[in-house]
Amino acid sequence: MSKARSSVARSGFVHLALGGYTLLALFPIFLVVANSFKARAGIFSAPLQLPNATTFSLIGYQTVLKQGDFLGYFQNSLIVTILSIFLVLLFGAMAAFALSEYRFRGNTMMGLYLALGIMIPIRLGTVAILQGMVATGLVNTLTALILVYTAQGLPLAVFILSEFMRQVSADLKNAGRVDGLSEYTIFFRLVLPLVRPAMATVAVFTMIPIWNDLWFPLILAPSEATKTVTLGAQMFIGQYVTNWNAVLSTLSLAILPVLILYLIFSRQLIRGITAGAVK
Amino acid sequence: MTTIDTTDPDAVAKRPVRWHIAVFLAPAVLIYTAVMILPLIETLRLSLFNVVDNQSIFVGFDNFKVLFGDDRWSVSFWNALKNNLVFFLIHMVVQNPIGIALAALLSLPVLRLRGFYRTAIFLPTILSFVIVGFIWKLILSPIWGVAPFLMDLVWMKSFFGPWLGKPASALVTVSLVSVWQNIGIPMMLIYAALLSIPDEVIEAAECDGVTGWSQFFKIKLPLILPTIGIVSILTFVGNFNAFDLVYTMQGALAGPDGSTDILGTFLYRTFFGFQLQVGDRSMGATIATVMFLIILAGVSLYLFVIQRRIRRYQF
Repeated sequence: MSKARSSVARSGFVHLALGGYTLLALFPIFLVVANSFKARAGIFSAPLQLPNATTFSLIGYQTVLKQGDFLGYFQNSLIVTILSIFLVLLFGAMAAFALSEYRFRGNTMMGLYLALGIMIPIRLGTVAILQGMVATGLVNTLTALILVYTAQGLPLAVFILSEFMRQVSADLKNAGRVDGLSEYTIFFRLVLPLVRPAMATVAVFTMIPIWNDLWFPLILAPSEATKTVTLGAQMFIGQYVTNWNAVLSTLSLAILPVLILYLIFSRQLIRGITAGAVK
Repeated sequence: MTTIDTTDPDAVAKRPVRWHIAVFLAPAVLIYTAVMILPLIETLRLSLFNVVDNQSIFVGFDNFKVLFGDDRWSVSFWNALKNNLVFFLIHMVVQNPIGIALAALLSLPVLRLRGFYRTAIFLPTILSFVIVGFIWKLILSPIWGVAPFLMDLVWMKSFFGPWLGKPASALVTVSLVSVWQNIGIPMMLIYAALLSIPDEVIEAAECDGVTGWSQFFKIKLPLILPTIGIVSILTFVGNFNAFDLVYTMQGALAGPDGSTDILGTFLYRTFFGFQLQVGDRSMGATIATVMFLIILAGVSLYLFVIQRRIRRYQF
């Protein structure tokens, strides 16, 4: 067998394997979205076909938009996710700067203390967190969720950002000091803009678990006014188990925003992972 | 570094208090301590107390004795722990090898459509457990019939069954759905590790006639062992506090007949209460403490034993 032919066969095998797995990864999602645009009869008679003139129907979406307050849930999820990311980035970058820039007693201990949370999941403290939120009257508020998610995101943010901040040139900061800039100005004006790519990576890493979390919304903020999309979809589907149109449409609505964000930011995300943040 | 870092003792003594360090650290440390560390400690403390006549009294390790030995609790606990172990083992045996294989294929030189495959295979990982759980519940549902239809195409229809409804197969099915969702994480981390192997190493191997399979097993695999270690410990921690997927697919009771109950769902039912069961804070804290100790043991084993034995290569 010639070398060229064996390499064709090899690349054929590689594409077969990767393509096969891609199909396995995408097919379930495709199936749900495609069937959400069909009437009930179409869903059951020809689940694998794209919606056509006879089976097309928006009845599922109409039910969902009439019954559930999905816009409200979206708003809650957006508020919680955006504010948490903002606080994680701001406070995380400040702490990372302090740890990477100054030598002081207890620096290493402080770094280790903050890194504990990377491996120990915050969920294990739920019993006492709920107790604390009840005591401070924060149950069923978005503030409770924002506080928890900020605490959850900080350890990894401090860890990644301090790695990057060590690489910022010391000459630049010292030049700033010679010019009489305060430490705060040096941080906000000189250092922060330079670590922007790392901040974007941290933002994406922080965002996914917050948007997708079911545990804390279920326990800390299950009221109608504070439900997030994940919890809303979970409870709505639970109620409408037998209404297949509504279930499929709810799932599609929950997939859509994540899918759009992913297609926009997937490069950033993949570059972040492959940049050696975890080595 | 600041210029104050001199070794001259006089300079250190005269150094003014650098308030800005405190200001930079304070917000992160305060929130982290108040919302994460203190509740964790409080949860550990609560596991040593129990409520008798509306009063919290110190009971030592009695809660643990009840959890491990009293039939009302221990049957569910050991069942959940056993299921959780199976859940973890299935991830280690199925998810990580397939993840490594996909990463190895993706990192081959001159591969067309690389970006597309990478983006597509990672997509399920960013979806929430709720979405993934319901999608697969629908697909595996005998009512809809998509799964039997697809199996018919490959002449395997006779093997189809209502897997989620049978105690013998439900746990494996849920675990495989979780594998389907999470496979992107090992794939990406190992893909990154494979990319960071310098070309010279690969070229040297090729000069010595080491190519293809043997190149992967003899050259690349030893070099990515540290990453495989990280992936394993991430899988361990993730699996032992998993909850969402089982809750979504099988409900808080983790049926049928508790066959998919893992520590996360057991903790939820215990401390939050469910249906006729009233929430029990002390026992909830006890279960959380056990989970904490399990995760701590796993992480310590990794940090102090496995990570130190793995050879690292510096390039």
